Amino acid sequence: MKPPKFDYHAPPTVDEAIALLTRYGGEAKLLAGGQSLVPLLNFRLSRPAALVDLNRIPSLAYVREADGYVRLGAMTRQRTIEFSPVVRRRLPLLAEATAFVGHLPIRTRGTIGGSLAHADPAAEYPTTLTALGGEVVVRGPRGERTLQAGDLFQSYLATALGADEILIEIRFPAMPDGAGFAFEEFSRRHGDFAIVGIAAMIIGQGLSCTAARLATAGVGPSPVRLRGAEEILEREGLTEAAIEAAARRAATLVDPPSDIHASADYRRNLTRVLTGRALRRAIARIGGPECPTLSSSG
Amino acid sequence: MTVNGQPRQGLCEPRKLLVDFLREDLGLTGTHVGCEHGICGACTIFFNGEAARSCLMLAIQAAGAELGTVEGLMSDGKLHPMQEAFHEHHALQCGFCTPGMLLAALDLLRTNPEPTEAEIREGLAAVLCRCTGYQGIVKAVAAAAGTLRDAVETAPALLRHHPLP
Repeated sequence: MKPPKFDYHAPPTVDEAIALLTRYGGEAKLLAGGQSLVPLLNFRLSRPAALVDLNRIPSLAYVREADGYVRLGAMTRQRTIEFSPVVRRRLPLLAEATAFVGHLPIRTRGTIGGSLAHADPAAEYPTTLTALGGEVVVRGPRGERTLQAGDLFQSYLATALGADEILIEIRFPAMPDGAGFAFEEFSRRHGDFAIVGIAAMIIGQGLSCTAARLATAGVGPSPVRLRGAEEILEREGLTEAAIEAAARRAATLVDPPSDIHASADYRRNLTRVLTGRALRRAIARIGGPECPTLSSSG
Repeated sequence: MTVNGQPRQGLCEPRKLLVDFLREDLGLTGTHVGCEHGICGACTIFFNGEAARSCLMLAIQAAGAELGTVEGLMSDGKLHPMQEAFHEHHALQCGFCTPGMLLAALDLLRTNPEPTEAEIREGLAAVLCRCTGYQGIVKAVAAAAGTLRDAVETAPALLRHHPLP
């Protein structure tokens, strides 16, 4: 229940961190907020030769809005995101999803870059990145590249990041003013990972729907974008019948696992129920205030 | 590092957890070690003014930081109002979770100075208690919210470093 021995480095720049990753040739782990990695170390499920701590690189923590995008440094804390006026105004779906990430003391340390690079498919941020069409910037010895959510997440806890690459920035297209949104999640206890989670954004007016965005957590090895369900709403509009049809379609688009927490059938049913709830709540918010009242932190 | 306003220092291996450093090297045994994977919350401390799990940080990461532990709550030999409320409302039995509960509750009131009962319950989900059934703890935090309302900073102040109240 204590970490095994490792070399420890806390470089002041990203380039020095990359040089350390290269030097250890895949045997080093990056330490971001540590809320997933340190438990793995304490249980000795992870035994890296070295930890490269990113917490002494201040240039990796920021929230910036420009040119229709919101850019977040990879080391931006979940707690900062939760209370950020820019995030509440331009990415209210991300702010709402953040309240489901662990508990407030976990969000004090946990980072958005760490959560995305850890790639737990039952976590909230990979799903939100998928729903909002976000992308990440990674830097390695050969320079920078940009990855879309669909290309970043490859399987359970597996991403397209190379062993010598660092996720440095997350870019979200700002949500249009008045967009409806909702994050719905079912878990056994508050703060747990989702058994099923649904992120929804609806752009529209009255019964017309210009764009629908839906993505899942907890129903497969990576977040699933529910394009078939989105298309029903974009084609048929925001009627009760279309919402119900989209929710039923959502359940057919996922192939969830059975495990100790829930059976595949139960997760499929939850996908239908939570998609319906998320859509109804998102639609009710269309045209609403830019900065919604969040459910309490906790 | 600064702990409860006092400069402290020590040498340790990089793998030493912050909670073990506080307890074993600094003798501050008020912070408890429970699950060691961030679930139980018994090790919750203030790190640069915000509640965090000291079992999920390395001691070396706290170099230069400002920490607050349960030992820092009393002043002039008097219990902190949150501690008073816990005493008054029978919010502890064995006391194992209490240090974490106190600090998590104070952090909750800083982000939400007038929480509803549901919000208190949601906030306290960050710390597990195995004996009280939470009823007394929820009552204590609600009572302390009334007492502390004028003294507790609101959310924007939380995003800056500041000492324990």
